[in-house]
Amino acid sequence: MTPETATPVVALLLTLVLAPLVPGVATRTRALLTGRRGSPVWQLYADLWKLSRRGIVYARVTSAPFRLVPIAALGSVVAAALLVPLDGRASIFAFPGDIVAFAYALALARFVLVLGALDTGSSFEGMGASREVTFAALVEFALFVSLAALSVATHQLSLSGLAGAPLAERWTSATPALGMVAAGLFILLLAECSRSPVDDPTTHLELTMIHEVMILDHSGPDLGVILYASSVKLSVLAALVARIVWPVARLAPAARLGALAAALVLMGVLVGVVESSMARLKLPKVPLYIASGAALSALGLVLLLR
Amino acid sequence: MHSLIEPLLLAVVLTTFAVLGTSRVTACVRMLAVQGALLGVLSVAVERHVSPHAVALGAGTVVIKALVLPWFLRWAMREASVRREVEPAIGYMASLLLGAVVVGLSFAVASRLPAVGGEQGTAAGLLVPIALATLLSGFVVLITRSKAITQVVGYLMLENGVYLFGLTLVDRISFLVEVGVLLDVFVAVFIMGIVVFHINREFDSISAANLVELKES
Repeated sequence: MTPETATPVVALLLTLVLAPLVPGVATRTRALLTGRRGSPVWQLYADLWKLSRRGIVYARVTSAPFRLVPIAALGSVVAAALLVPLDGRASIFAFPGDIVAFAYALALARFVLVLGALDTGSSFEGMGASREVTFAALVEFALFVSLAALSVATHQLSLSGLAGAPLAERWTSATPALGMVAAGLFILLLAECSRSPVDDPTTHLELTMIHEVMILDHSGPDLGVILYASSVKLSVLAALVARIVWPVARLAPAARLGALAAALVLMGVLVGVVESSMARLKLPKVPLYIASGAALSALGLVLLLR
Repeated sequence: MHSLIEPLLLAVVLTTFAVLGTSRVTACVRMLAVQGALLGVLSVAVERHVSPHAVALGAGTVVIKALVLPWFLRWAMREASVRREVEPAIGYMASLLLGAVVVGLSFAVASRLPAVGGEQGTAAGLLVPIALATLLSGFVVLITRSKAITQVVGYLMLENGVYLFGLTLVDRISFLVEVGVLLDVFVAVFIMGIVVFHINREFDSISAANLVELKES
């Protein structure tokens, strides 16, 4: 294996290892900015380790698919990660049109979580599932607008094409438009990964939770897998946004891996800064927030089409 | 200075989106002030050689559009004690998406117009579509909001669009015409402010819907 073919694999492994760090960095940044010390950045690793040694309790009303939910969710997120050029040049799998596969791999992860939530028959979880799906429908539209904009910018139909080398060349000629698309994608990232201002990952009030309420019935290693999957999802989207803002295709393989790790930490800090500076939006305001992301991307798309 | 045009114009569009998407009248007025300041800088940036003439026009624009008019609108708001727009005819999300559609439409229309300001695809070529977009978004605000004061904001946005359009002809239109337009707008907003004040005194609210009923007494 040459270094050139090995870097995408190493980048994926690096992302999978560093994933729990990203929410940790975000939480720590938020704590520091609000004048608290906060939990250590590796808190999620400790949580995962703790959860992995616990037993699993299944509610009697749940059925067989419920037990498959965590692993199916993790599987779909990792499948999405395979399509993203994490190392800044190429992804592990790439084919024309894989942007659609990427969007729907993420959607599949959400779908199985929603199924699991509905399977428990709990009214709270049903409520969370309905909110999650409502916002997801809006996010999906906005996500496709921004992916379409990137696709127009680079004349590529695969993620490794449009977030890899061709994008770096477009930055010089279309900086404002690409900046808008990246900002739009970042807004979507916060919505997609249930971070503030859409959802508060630290809330413990069922009435206001969206994502967290859906996983109330999972316990032990199952819960750990779901938490890990959502951190991987955050890292993959963060890496995608970082690759768009900071194309590193021309650097040496080792430098690109370093850039990936730096980008993940920086995106974690950025998410933390946004979380500490914005209050959670009221639920009726969330569609407006997502629409503003869509509008930014649409403006970028119009500018690139010109 | 030419490299500044594109980011400035995009910032104008973003302020337009902000006005379309916010329910707070204070935030609308603040965004309008930002937009006015951007227009002032733009009128200097479009010049090939910075002339005292352009600087005077830019400074005048900033003073009137970014300082005096917002101050006056804030005064009217205080007098009429409005804080937020209550029931717009269409929701904020719908008007934001309408704004995005309007921007797309303006780009489509502008590409068919004979190039006035600059060649298609250059930074100056952005002026015409964005002028159209600002103008049409101003219309959207004007039509869909119910409070008289937000309608004034819509009118000013529309006028900002006209001003942007004027910038494409900056070397052909005389300085006096531009200043005259600025003065016109200033007077118009003054009259509107006084009207808003009187509507408020007469009806205890500034909802323009009240004006539908004719009163004979």
